[in-house]
Order: sequence, then structure tokens, then C-alpha cells
Amino acid sequence: MAATSLRRLIGRFGLWLPLAVVLIIGALPPLTGSATLREGIFLLLMFAALASSLNILLGYTGYVSFGHIVFFGLGGYVGFWCLSALDWPLPLAVLAGGLAAALLALVIGLSVLRLRGAYFALATIGINEAMRAFVSNFGPFGGPTGMSLDFSVYQAYGGAGNALWLTYFAVLGLTLLVVAASYAVKTSKFGLGLLSIREDEDAAMVMGVRTPRAKALALVLSAIVPGMIGVLFFFKNGNVEPGDAFRLQSSIEIIVMVMLGGFGTVLGPVLGAAGYERLRSFLLTSDPFKSLQFAIAGVILLLIILFIPRGIVGWLRGRWPRLRGVLQ
Amino acid sequence: MLEQLLVSLVDGLLIGFVYGVAAMGLTLIWGVVRVINLSHGAIIAVAMFGAYFLSTGFGLNPYLALPFVALGGFILGYVIYLVAVRRVIDAPPLSSLLATFAVNMIIIGIATTALTTSPYSINFSLGSLSLGPLTLPGTRIVASVAAVVVAAGLYVFLYRTGLGRSIRAVANNRAAAELMGIPSGRILALAFGLGTLLAAVAGGLIATIFPFTILSGGSFELKSFVIVVLGGLGNPIGALVGGLLLGGLEGLVPVFTAASWVPVIEFVLFILILLIRPTGLFAGRGE
Repeated sequence: MAATSLRRLIGRFGLWLPLAVVLIIGALPPLTGSATLREGIFLLLMFAALASSLNILLGYTGYVSFGHIVFFGLGGYVGFWCLSALDWPLPLAVLAGGLAAALLALVIGLSVLRLRGAYFALATIGINEAMRAFVSNFGPFGGPTGMSLDFSVYQAYGGAGNALWLTYFAVLGLTLLVVAASYAVKTSKFGLGLLSIREDEDAAMVMGVRTPRAKALALVLSAIVPGMIGVLFFFKNGNVEPGDAFRLQSSIEIIVMVMLGGFGTVLGPVLGAAGYERLRSFLLTSDPFKSLQFAIAGVILLLIILFIPRGIVGWLRGRWPRLRGVLQ
Repeated sequence: MLEQLLVSLVDGLLIGFVYGVAAMGLTLIWGVVRVINLSHGAIIAVAMFGAYFLSTGFGLNPYLALPFVALGGFILGYVIYLVAVRRVIDAPPLSSLLATFAVNMIIIGIATTALTTSPYSINFSLGSLSLGPLTLPGTRIVASVAAVVVAAGLYVFLYRTGLGRSIRAVANNRAAAELMGIPSGRILALAFGLGTLLAAVAGGLIATIFPFTILSGGSFELKSFVIVVLGGLGNPIGALVGGLLLGGLEGLVPVFTAASWVPVIEFVLFILILLIRPTGLFAGRGE
């Protein structure tokens, strides 16, 4: 009796640990009240959420997407347009951004997700570039120069300073939500279906997994929060333009984070995002590395791929099998 | 109007040959090594600067510099294969995609530090050729002729030499080729090097036509993806035809609408072809 409840507690540890990591990191700025720290942690949390959501597709389902940032960009654009053109309040705009990203994901999920392996990966690059090129030509979204917010918008949220804290807590909340969703998916029957698609899609289909529906649902799930975070990010910045919203580079950095932490795990993307973001800000602020930061990130990525392809968490789980119950 | 169309079309087709060579490199690597080389654009960009420094630094004619650029491209590709690709060749596609992207980051990172991202151009003119309504810049004509010669050379190499036959054998069935005594490791490295050689040649030729920065390779890499999908992944001749199609499209679209719509059309076409005919427009049965 005691053993089963203990096991249940340890079993849930796979959820509590990543949530605690996010909460501890997220509590630092409000505790210190430092605005510089808040900006740094904002980016860290944002990437943790993006990496965790990508992990649902990349890590669980085994589909490589080079276009994850398209959901962030499109959601951001739609939400921003609601804010600036329709004068919607922020929460509604954030929902609109999430909805737009989910719709795009549904369309992609029902059509492009038929492609497998390298073909799907190539198609996602095409989707991101097509969307970027389209938005650059789209009049209502401001074309190549994008849109910007009037400063007075922030008055409704108690001034710019308050608005920045508000978006910070919103991103913290969304990051916790994604991590919890990632755990819920992984431990559900649906998640088991996704994992079986990753291992062998044809076999999964034969065993009764409705693969097209499961894949589309996984993509939609992975798209919603990035769309919402996009709105918050561009609301905070006060402007949005195609180059910032659909940066192929960011898509790949998110993949690096998932790989660094360990793909297919709940904790991995969070650790990977934290590690990569810290490393980048260290490189950016220390003089000899400043201009070489991109090359150094490349060397690290190459070393991970070649020597620890399962990432930090995957390596720990392989090294100490006892940790498997704890690290999900 | 008709005259304008003709001029734009020929302009686009000439540059299309060069695009075709870049795409042949990408498709050759995919066909033989089964890796999508995401460092393709970085190699094109490095080759542009190779041509630049050989011609402005050493006063070499940019076309005489081309063999050196090609050799450099081959060596670079051979080294990339040995360092980054060899170990992940049998891993899931994600590993090789990320490994070659890591190489891309390393090359671009170092080159950006050394060269900054400001634009360079090779000051070189061959005058122009007038044919009725057409006025063709000499550099474009020579570039397209050079591209055709290189493509023909690749064809002869693949179909008329023993080494080329080995490459095709490995592309068809690596395990069977190994059983026939073909050293597949060396052949894969050779094919990867040949693919980057083609990218380097394309880069060297583009540098004589357009101004460029170290980041220019990225857009030519994306064009190569589109072309490769048009022509069928792994089909070098299809890539050359795909290059002409894309070049023609780039020439014609700006006649009818703003040039900024070109990438929208290109990438929508790209996705549609992947969905409808993932084997490319010209694939026969059994491809």
C-alpha cells in the first residue's frame, strides 16, 4: 500500500520536476524586481515553451519541422493586428493568435503531414518561407515594414512598465501550461500512439492507431501556445515585421534546444532552452566570443549530434536507469 | 509587351542554368548519400568570396579562378563529410539535417566575423551582346555556358567512367554495391565532395553577375530546394531543367506583378509539388 502510493508520487515526479524548474527560474525576476533579469528570463521562458511544444511533434511523433516558428509568427501577426487595427484587449488578441496558429496547423496537419522524413522537413521550410513572403506582400499587415503599436495602448494596462510585467507573467503561465500539456500527452494513450508513430508509422497504423488524425492533432497541440506567445512577444516589443516573425534561424535554434535537453522527454526541452539561452547571453556579452557566438553554437550542436544524440536527459536516463522513473 | 516578355524570359533562363548547377549539387548529395545538405548555402557563399579574393586579390580573371574555387569546394565538402556526416549517415534524417546545419552555422559564424555582412561585388564586365531586341550581358552568357559545360561534364563523369558508375551503384543500392567490392565509404565522400564542388562553381559564377554578402548563399540554397523538388529529389538532369523553370519563372513573374511576389509563388509551387508529385515533374515510372 505504502509502496504503491510512494510509486505514484515518484511517478508524478516527472511532472513536478519540470514545473518546479520553470517556476524557480520564473520567480527570480519578481523576487529581485530587476527589469534586466526579467527581459532575459522572458526570452528563456519563451524558448522553453516553444521547445516544449515543438517536442510534441519532433520528440514524441518523430517529425522534423524546420517551420515551428511559423506558428509563433502567424499567431503574433494576427494578434497584433487585432490589437492595433481592431483595438481588442490583450487577452482576446492572445486567444486570436492561438486560434490562428491552430487553424494553420490543422490545414498543414491534414495536407502536408502526409509527407514523411526529409520530404516533410523540406516542406516545413517552404511553408515558413511562403508565409514570410506572403506577409511581406500583404497590405493589411503592413507589408515589408510590418506594424507598430501606438504607445497609448499600454495605458490600458497601467502604463508600459506594468504591461511588461503583465506579459512576463502571462508567458510564465503559458510555459507552465505547455510543460503540463507535454507531460499529459506523453503519459496518455494518445501520446503512446504518437510514440508508436515515431518508432514505426506503418506498424502503428496496422495496430490501429489512426495515424493521420493523431499526427494532425499533435501538430495542432504544438501550435497553439507558440501562436499565443507570439502575440505577447510582439505586444511587448511594440512592433512586428516579417523578418522578426518568421526567422528560419529561430526554428532551428528551437530544434537545437530540444536536442540539447533530450528529445521526447518533458524536462529536456526546458533544460535545453535554459542552457542554450544562458550560453547565448554569455557569449553575447563576453568580448572575444561576441561575433563568434553563431559558430560556437554550431560547434556545440555538432558535438551533441555526434556524441550525445539523445541530449542531456536522454543521456542521464541511459547512464543511470534508476532515473527513468523520475526523469520523464 | 511581347518584347519585354522575351527579354525577361531569356534573362531568367540564362541565370536558370546557374541555379540548375547549384541544385544539381544538392540533388547529387541526396541521391547518393541520402542527406539533405543544409550547409549548401554556406558553401555557395564561401565560393563567392573565393572567386572575389582570387580575382581582386590576385588579379585573376574570375573564370580562370573558377577551377580553383571548384577544387576548394570539393575539398571543403570532402572534409565536411568526414567530420560531420559520416557518423550520422545511418541515423534518422534529423541527425544528418542538424549535423549539416551545424556546419552551416560554423562556416557562416566564422565568415561573418572575418568578412562582416556588407556587400561585395566583382568588378568585371564582358560588355554585352545585342540580338534584335535582346541585349544580353556578357557575364550572364558566359556563366550559363560554363554551367552547361559543368553539367555535361558531370553527366559524362557519372555515365562514362568507372568511378561514376560506382557512384551510381552506391546510389542505387549501397549494400549491394559494397558486396560487389565498391568501397562505399570513399564513394560517399567523393559524391559529397562533388555535390559541394557544384555548389562552389555555381557560387563562383553567381558572384560575377550579382553583388553578394556572406548571407547570400541562404537564398540560393532555398532556390536549390525548390528546383530539386521540381526536378525530383536525386535526379541531376531534372535539377538542370528545374533550374531553367525557376529562372524562367523569376524572369516572367515581375513582368506581370511586383517582384516581391516571386518568392510567394515559388514556395507555394514548392509545397504543391511536394504534395502532388513528390518525385518531381519529370519522374518516370519506377523512380
